[in-house]
Amino acid sequence: MDNIVFLILRRMRRPLLTLVLVYAVSILGLVLIPGQDAQGQPWHMSFFHAFYFVSFMSTTIGFGEVPYEFTDAQRVWVTICIYLSVVAWLYAIGTILSLLQDKTFQHAIRERRFAQRIRRMREPFYILCGYGETGRELARALTERGQHVVVVDLNEDKINLLKLQNLRDYVPALHANARTPRYLMEAGLGHPQCAGVVALTNNNEVNLKIAITAKLLNPDVTVICRADSHEIEANMASFGTDYIIDPFDTFAKYLSTALQTPGLYLLQRWLTSRPGTLLPEPVYPPTRGHWIIGGYGRFGKAVFERLKKEDISVTVMEATPEKTGEPRQGVVKGRGTEEETLLEADIQQAVGIVAGTDNDANNLSIVMTARAMTNKLFVIARQNYRENDTLFQAVGADMVMHPSAIVAEKIRVLLATPMLYEFMSLAAYQEENWACELVSRIAGLVDHRVPLIQEFCIQQSRHCAIEYMLERGKVVRLGDIMREPGNLERPLNSIALLRISRNSRELLPADDTELLLGDKLLFCGTRHAFSTMEWILCHGPTLEYMLTGEDQPRSWLWRKYGKRFKR
Amino acid sequence: MNPEKVVFGFFIVLSLTLNFGFFVGEIDDPVHHNVYELFAVLVVNIIATLLKFGDRSQQGAILLSTSLVAVLQLVAAAILWMWVEHISGSGLTPSAMASIVSLSGGAMLANIISVVLLIIETVMLRR
Repeated sequence: MDNIVFLILRRMRRPLLTLVLVYAVSILGLVLIPGQDAQGQPWHMSFFHAFYFVSFMSTTIGFGEVPYEFTDAQRVWVTICIYLSVVAWLYAIGTILSLLQDKTFQHAIRERRFAQRIRRMREPFYILCGYGETGRELARALTERGQHVVVVDLNEDKINLLKLQNLRDYVPALHANARTPRYLMEAGLGHPQCAGVVALTNNNEVNLKIAITAKLLNPDVTVICRADSHEIEANMASFGTDYIIDPFDTFAKYLSTALQTPGLYLLQRWLTSRPGTLLPEPVYPPTRGHWIIGGYGRFGKAVFERLKKEDISVTVMEATPEKTGEPRQGVVKGRGTEEETLLEADIQQAVGIVAGTDNDANNLSIVMTARAMTNKLFVIARQNYRENDTLFQAVGADMVMHPSAIVAEKIRVLLATPMLYEFMSLAAYQEENWACELVSRIAGLVDHRVPLIQEFCIQQSRHCAIEYMLERGKVVRLGDIMREPGNLERPLNSIALLRISRNSRELLPADDTELLLGDKLLFCGTRHAFSTMEWILCHGPTLEYMLTGEDQPRSWLWRKYGKRFKR
Repeated sequence: MNPEKVVFGFFIVLSLTLNFGFFVGEIDDPVHHNVYELFAVLVVNIIATLLKFGDRSQQGAILLSTSLVAVLQLVAAAILWMWVEHISGSGLTPSAMASIVSLSGGAMLANIISVVLLIIETVMLRR
């Protein structure tokens, strides 16, 4: 607010001074120069008439000489005044116009509007710092689930892109460097409704600075950071950053899940992919045999360690081992895009290859060259840029590692469905059979599409029916709310995944589980199932019908006498 | 010596002195109060106000507000003068003159505060 007013005042000081001076001189001259009235008597213009005349003089020249015709002396003076005042007006108007077009000024206005909008936020929101590929995916996923997002990015083009993107909710965006604490505060870091800060810039240092700022200025807020190096990760963890997401480590962990328990990996993919997309195919990376890793960068190292833990023999190809360092067993020098290097890395015996350099063209080339040399290969390709989506689909890699997508997916699950995140970490301790069974149940539930995920909390004024029942000591079982009200024999298309009840966690709760006030439930299923379930939870008569199987009389009279009629 | 401060001080003091010059005399005697002097007071006061634009300090804000008060009072006096001379046609009666002069007296009070603030600022300056 202050900024804009002061900017205008400071810039306009000189033009306004000029204008006042010109007016003063003109008026004074007109008052002093003697004129004649209609009878030819000497007459002096009053200040009032002079001010009136000067006011319209420069803007509407030719309005006339009032109140009496001027003498020649007056005309000489008016001529001078016209030139003076026109120039002064042009100067003033020109300054105002150039001020309006001024970048600093426009930015000040935009910043002020942004801050106002944030101050008026009445629902929880997340601050996204960095609006690259990850930020875009996350913003879309969160707004689709009805959550609010605020964006800060250094690049103005990306902010403009946001306006073109058709998001469901209005997303306030600020073009500023999130490193500066002031801008984070403006984006709502100190706001009581601020639920979390997500640092997604492509610069580790900036992410670190954002995390520190957020933790210092608002310790209660959840901080989620993207980090690509272990040093920075340790640094972030040291001051209590809530979640640190390293795309390379995350993928390596997925890979080892896929190696040990393919069913569990598939379950995770099915539940965490974007709802409505096609269900991903299962992958079975070979656990016996020889693997080749192309590129020993951050990704290569992470995968190498995981594979070594599984006791798999691995050969590493690296073009510049002096820069990246090399494993104890040594590397095959070369990029892997040419046949000699691949031969040297023993491609004929290999069962799997990881194309993991930071260059998409090289990765594609490694995959294609290797495929040409041997046919049964399990291919993992690293995709660095989103625009190459079609290429990586065409090359048909078994697993594609796209850092932005991995980070976005993980944060989406974390923010939009925190219970699913918990479910996945509990599921990691289950047997492979358990996962396979659940996967086949999900496959029967939906039609080749990723199911929707929904959380219900039984202690919301929204779900008043069930609350009313439970408070009156009625027993409501999980199975009761998972049936079709039109046909009680038919279950709804949904699976209860997790129940959190007074700190106890129950995976796949059974149908006869008794629900308690304050329970949190996680389901996967179809949209229809969830809207029906919502209806059952809110609508008393429906819930009663679900429990007893018959319509209860609702009016006082009918309740009193209805039973007699029935007999 | 800062030329900006010289100009600034000059206009603030000048607005007070001119205001005083217009104000002194029998309150209802038009002979004692010159229309040119009122014009000069008004112009100098507006200039003094403009000079205070854009000063972000607390002192600057108060100086700006006192100046705005003075300008407001003087504009009221000028409009009143115009009214009795040209519109109502009653001319400069003693009562009208008294009103005009008392309005300018109010403006003078605001100008005195401006000058006092200016002096305080100068005294507080440790350079």
